[in-house]
This record gives sequence, C-alpha cells and structure tokens, in this order.
Amino acid sequence: MSVTTYNVIGTRPIRHDGADKVTGRALYGADLQLARMVHGAVLRSPHAHARILRLDTTKAAAHPGVFAVVTAADFPPAPTDKIVDFGEGDTLLSSLRGNILASGKVLYSGHAVAAVAAVNAHVAAEAVALIEVDYEPLPCVLTAPAAMAPGAPLLHEGLANGNVAEYVRHEIGDLAAGFAAATVIVERELNTATVHQGYIEPQNATAFWSSDGRVHIWCSTQGSFVARDASAAVLDIPVSQVRVTPMEIGGGFGGKINVYLEPVAALLSKKAGRPVKMVMSRRDVFTGTGPTPGSRVRVKIGVDAAGKITAAQAWLAYEAGAYPGAMVGPGAMTVFACYDIENVLIEGFDVVVNKPSTAAYRAPGAPNSALATETVLDEIAEKLGIDPLELRLRNAAKEGTRRADGPRYKRIGCVEVIEAMKASAHYNAPLPGPHCGRGVAIGYWFNIGLPSSATLSVNADGTVNLIEGSTDIGGSRTSLSMQGAEVLGIRAEDVHPTIVDTDSVGYTGVTGGSRTTFATGLAVYEAAQDVVTQMKARAATLWGTKEVEFSNGTFSSGSNSFSFAQLAAQLGATGGPVVGSAAVNPRGAGGSIAGLIIDLKVDPETGKTDVLRVTSVQDAGKAIHPAYVEGQMQGGTAQGIGWALNEEYFMDGSGDMRNSSYLDYRMPTALDLPMIETIIVEVPNPGHPFGVRGVGEANIVPPLPAVANALYRAIGRRLHSVPMNPATILNL
Amino acid sequence: MALKVQVQTTINNEPVQFLCEPRQTLLECLRDVVGLTGTKEGCGDGNCGSCTVKLGDRIVTSCLVLGVEAEGETITTVEGLAHGNTLHPLQKAFLEHAALQCGICTPGFLIAADALLQKHPHPTEDQTRFWLSNNLCRCTGYDKIIRAVQAAAVEINGAPQ
Ligand code: FES
Ligand code: FES
Repeated sequence: MSVTTYNVIGTRPIRHDGADKVTGRALYGADLQLARMVHGAVLRSPHAHARILRLDTTKAAAHPGVFAVVTAADFPPAPTDKIVDFGEGDTLLSSLRGNILASGKVLYSGHAVAAVAAVNAHVAAEAVALIEVDYEPLPCVLTAPAAMAPGAPLLHEGLANGNVAEYVRHEIGDLAAGFAAATVIVERELNTATVHQGYIEPQNATAFWSSDGRVHIWCSTQGSFVARDASAAVLDIPVSQVRVTPMEIGGGFGGKINVYLEPVAALLSKKAGRPVKMVMSRRDVFTGTGPTPGSRVRVKIGVDAAGKITAAQAWLAYEAGAYPGAMVGPGAMTVFACYDIENVLIEGFDVVVNKPSTAAYRAPGAPNSALATETVLDEIAEKLGIDPLELRLRNAAKEGTRRADGPRYKRIGCVEVIEAMKASAHYNAPLPGPHCGRGVAIGYWFNIGLPSSATLSVNADGTVNLIEGSTDIGGSRTSLSMQGAEVLGIRAEDVHPTIVDTDSVGYTGVTGGSRTTFATGLAVYEAAQDVVTQMKARAATLWGTKEVEFSNGTFSSGSNSFSFAQLAAQLGATGGPVVGSAAVNPRGAGGSIAGLIIDLKVDPETGKTDVLRVTSVQDAGKAIHPAYVEGQMQGGTAQGIGWALNEEYFMDGSGDMRNSSYLDYRMPTALDLPMIETIIVEVPNPGHPFGVRGVGEANIVPPLPAVANALYRAIGRRLHSVPMNPATILNL
Repeated sequence: MALKVQVQTTINNEPVQFLCEPRQTLLECLRDVVGLTGTKEGCGDGNCGSCTVKLGDRIVTSCLVLGVEAEGETITTVEGLAHGNTLHPLQKAFLEHAALQCGICTPGFLIAADALLQKHPHPTEDQTRFWLSNNLCRCTGYDKIIRAVQAAAVEINGAPQ
C-alpha cells in the first residue's frame, strides 16, 4: 500500500462546475439556441426487418415550414471496408452509416430511415409523418440462438458465418486434464436480456454547415474527437473540416460514444443553410440508440477438494443487434479474469439480430459473463462447504497471473478486494430474518489508456488555467485539476479547468473505459511537470543560479525561496507567460477489481425483492477525489441491481419494443434502493504517477451474480435468467 | 402553424409574458420561449422528473402541463432557487455531498426536495426516498442525494427535536 502523503489528492473539494450545475446555468446539448436555428426529426422503421421498396419524401418537403429532408441517398458513396475507431472498439464505416440512415433494408424497429428539418420540432414531426415508405417485411430473428440456427433469416450478406459476425477463442493449458483433476464440476447456462444505459439526457446534436465548407457540431458526447472523426468519416470530409464543441453531457455510460444524430444534422444543415438542432425522444433513445447485448453464457468449472480451480470453460453468444460488435470480445476476456486458472477454453460468438445495434455500457460485456462464472462458483462453494469468499481468495488472480487471452497481470488488487469484503462489517453481520439472502460476487474490468492532451497556463495571481478535452460526466474537471494542483503545490480551487472544442486542444480520447482520471490525469500531471521545469528556469534567472529545487509548492535555492504564487507574479519580468502542455498515450492502464455484498428479502406472496443492504468494494488504485469514486461505485451498483432485478427490453414477436418509456422500462428509483456502502481499496497502479486505476466500470460487474446468489439464499432455488423479476421468481 | 396565445405568469418572482402555441408544453415554453433552460427534459411523458417545477403551491412535471395552463400562475424553476449569488442550502448541500455526477437530474431533484422540506421539515430517509421517487437519477444510486437533502433539512430547520 502507498505511504505517500498528498496535499490535494484524497481530499474532497467542491467540483469546479458545481455552481453552474446546481443553478441551471450549465449548458447541455439540448439547451443550445442559435440564431436562425431550425429543428430536426427522424422517421424510424416500424419493422424489425424489411426491404425498403419505395421512399418518397415529396409531401414532407412541400409541407409549410420544412427546410430540408434527407435520406441515406444524401450520403456520399461509402467504401465498403473502411474502419472507424470508436474508442472502445472499431466499427465498419458501412455499418456506421447504415445505422445512421438505413439504406436498402431496415434491420430493427426504430432504425432511422429519413430526417426532416423544419421551423420547429412540432412541424418537423408533422412532416416526418408525411414521408411515404413502402416496406416488404422480412422474417426477423431476435435472439442469438435463433440467429445461429441453420436456415435463420440473414441480416447481412458476407458475414463470417450466417449471422455470426465474429468468433473468438482463447485457450491455455489442458482442459481435459484439468477437469479430470476436479472433485466438483458444475456447468450452467445463464441468460441476460437486452438492457439500456438509461442516461437521463437523450441524445442531441446541433450542426451548422458553413458556406466555407466547415461543419460545426455541438453535441452531448463522451468523446468530442471520436464524434468529430466519425462524423467526418460518415460525411466523407477531412477531420479538420469538422469542429465538435462538447456540451455538458447528461450521462453516457458508454452509450454516447457512437454518433447517431450528428451527421444527419450536418446533412440537413447543408441543405437548409441554417443550424439544425436534433433531440431524441425517450422512445427514440430506447429504440434508436445502442443498448447493451442480451446474452447466453455457458460456463463449466472444475474445482479440486482443496478448493483450487482446475479447469474452466466458457461458451458465450452475445446479441450484437443489427450490426456486428456485441462486445463479446471483452466478455470473453473477462469471464475468468479474476482467477488464476491453468486450464481454460473460452469461445465467443458475436451474433447479429434484428434489434438496435448495441453499444458500450459500463464494462461492456463483462457483467453478462461474470453472471455465469460467479454463480457457478457459488454453487461449487456450497457443494464443497467452503465460504464463497474463501473459495475466491484461494483462486484470486495475482501479479504474474496469466489470463487466458494472453496478458500477465502487473500488480492487481484481487486479493485485497476479497479480503476487504471478508473483513467488512456487512459480511460479518447477521441476516435480519426469514426470506432473506446474502450474495457476494467479484468482477474485473481492464481500464484503458488512449491519447489525451492538456495545457496549463500560469496566471500572475498564482493560479493556473487548465485546458482539456475530456467531457466531464461525473466530476472529472475536478479529479484532473487536483492532479495538476498536487504537482504544483497549489489548491484544487486554484486550477480553473475548461473543456474546449476539437479545434482548441490536442487529440483526447473518449471519456470511457475508466480512462479519464488515469490518462487525461497523466496529461495534466505531465503538463504540470512542464510548468515546474519552466518556472524553475525563471527562478534560476532571478536568483542567478543553476540549481533550483521544487517541493511542496516552494521553489528554493540556497537561502532564496518563492512560493508558486510568488514566482508566478514574477513571470512578466522574467520572459513572459509560462504555458505547460503535454500529450500522452499511456500504456500503463491498470485493471480494477470490484466486489459486491448484497442482502435481499423476497416476499413469497408477490415475488417482489427488496434490497436491504449493499456494500460495494473496489480497487481504485488511488482515489483522487474519494466522493466521486464512491459515486461511481454507487452508480454502477445501482445500475447493476436494476439490470439484475427488473430491467429488460420487452420485445414482441415482431421485434417491437413494447416498454419504450421510463414508466415501463423501470429503472431503480430512490425508493428501490437503500444507502450504498462503499469500501475503497487502494492498490496503486504502477503505470500512473499517483497510482490511479480508474473506477468507472468494474463496479457494475458483480451486481448481477451477487443478486442471483442472494436470491438463491433467500428462496432456495437458482434462477438462470436476468432479470430476476417477481414474475420469474413466482413461476419457479 | 397554430396561432399563438399570450400567457401572463410570474416566473422566479418576476412578471413574465410569453407567446406560445396551444400545443406547446410548459417545459417547452420555459426552455425554448422564455430561455430558462435549467429545467431539463429526460422523457417528455412524466416519468423522469427532470422537468419538475413549482407551479403555484405544488410541484409538477412541466412536460405534462401546457404552457397556456400557466396563465396567471406563479412558477419557480431551478434558476429561482438561489438568492442572488447566495446558493439555496439545498444547492450547497448537493455540492458538499457530491450529490450530482452528470447533473442533468439535479434541477428536478432540487425543486422536488425544496417542496419536500417545506412539507416535512425533518423528513426521514423513507419519506425522502418516497417523495423523490418520481425523480430518476441514473448516475448516483441516490445515496448522496438522500444525504444531501437530509443535511439541507438540518441546515434550514435545525436539528430535529
Ligand atoms: S421530462 Fe417531464 S418527467 Fe421526464
Ligand atoms: S447525476 Fe446524472 S442522472 Fe443524476
């Protein structure tokens, strides 16, 4: 454990954008108003799978108040094999374009077909209703097994194998020998339903295609540069012709990396000659953006009498939705990632189905696979009479453990997280009564690096201005400023962060992959080191010396010393402004382990589950701002509990989502949850100067299996499908 | 396009007149006509609470109220909570307790919580959760929101007797 003491890191300053966000001044995407702005709306397919026979926009175009109508025919011709990098995975350009505006066929109910810009949103909606489309409905497939069956209707020509877009396989050791050495073997298949990230702010984009050929886009995105690059690719113009201004963002969780409206608003603006604003309805968000895959995962684990896992096998089929890219890759890499296992075989299938094209959702792919592993281990622990945390401890991944997909772990906090769970007040407290159960589980997420840039300019009053490009979804302005402040020996409040557009800062990857505090934090750290170096030189000039020391915010040489602020006041006289900058592409991202302990009570009459007590444990590496680390853990836990107990896309046989409102797609409310206790474990990441690992994602991995394990303890039977809602509990 | 109607209201203690179409919601009028974009739209059908405003002496989801229904009414939005540059104790408590992450739900929670504290000066955790269950937050898991509201109750009304 780290013994370093910090002045700023680990404290809980008020966030820099706080006053704006509690007074309503902060401008989110939908809040933008521009002169001469008009409003867009999208026509969406009512069919899950159909050929477009005729698409006639004449009446819509003639509707009073309409400025422009666009369809896929307005895109420049697409090279079929071009790849676009999306931050958390690559996408084929033709898929990206096809998903933005359907061409030839529609592949899911909700698929965008055409768009209109009009004087206001009501008139745009009227015009959308005037667009005439003749469809030839085709048979649809809605689940991975149905899509993999011989003779299933095909969504695309030319995929690897029917509707299977990708097959992944990881193998180490000797599986047969491993299972032969086992005392207990359990094999189960676990299913999960399609769920949505559920961010409260709908997607939105405003675009203005200027007469000079440049496109300016204002939107809610997790990555302004990714939005820029994807929009440029779709529009077939150079990236420098697109400028993206990231507005405040009302939640993303992975779902606001992809572009949906941005290129459409741009095309409409080009035709209309005006800025065009588009905002999705909630139904559009559910049916027209990427949820996370439904999945089938079969896991078989063998354990010897000493409680050591001897072999593990997994088969995963994830529903990609309409286009390839179901995150089965990370699902396969994480399925056994918490454990040190010598003999492993993992096979994963990325399967297209007639549902919305899936997107990332917080540790994408990992909760689905952990559900299977962690419930099977729970069964094994019971069979062997070993405490479920003890079984995990005996097999926990450590520094040097090799994952089946190749990499060996550097320092990792698996043992520490499990030990913190075992030692917690919660785990050692009795259950409150009958029909109650306690479940535990752990989970892993990689965390990622990717490039980030930052600039720090020193003000004469001893403060600094921070210019950066990571959209702030949960307090990152502050976690970044704190890292700069720590280096410079000033207060967090003395750093003034601004998030700027893509013309105004170096390339910065998405706010995703739990990378912002890690990677952009590293950029800020390096920029601050640059500032220190330059300021030392100024002090050396002033004092006529070569050697200047800097520590704890004080520059010194012999008997001379200046505080940061004192030296900052002298910059004008010593050569002018000091601006430090850095661009990084770190390789040292450190994976994070999370664990959950949950107590549930099930009403035997109604099947309703009440959540009694929850403790989330996670290895943060180093918690820069502990309150926002706790917030990530609490938020991920709440989402995971909703996923486990209640949330699902309820599709009818024709592929229509029947619960596309918050009334029917019911996410946890304040009344559904208790306080969420948190235990932050800090096993520093050797790849970051302060040890940061990133905390955004791993916390959503354990809730699904922890809930499943707790339900088993409460009702005595195991459920094998998520959501585990009252109906499924009563029908057991 | 429908003919517009003139509506006279008092918004955040100031007389405000605006013109709107009969089909426009109060939420649209506040955001797009009056320019008070602090009130947010998360769903448009009454189920997320991010558009919560005070209308007369009750709180409403302004996406389910027509602009013309506000005629003669008094409205408070998030922009009206602070006194000049002095934040309302709820606003301060939300910042001190890190009760927002993305902040899109925050305006609705603040308005709803303000109404709660007027009705129940010292709400229990259950009362607070029940009252705020019309407001969805996807980021925080509610823990820090509940704590912030309870801290604000003490700040405003003193420790419970
Ligand atoms: S926008 Fe009014 S309740 Fe959601
Ligand atoms: S803080 Fe993001 S929805 Fe509440």
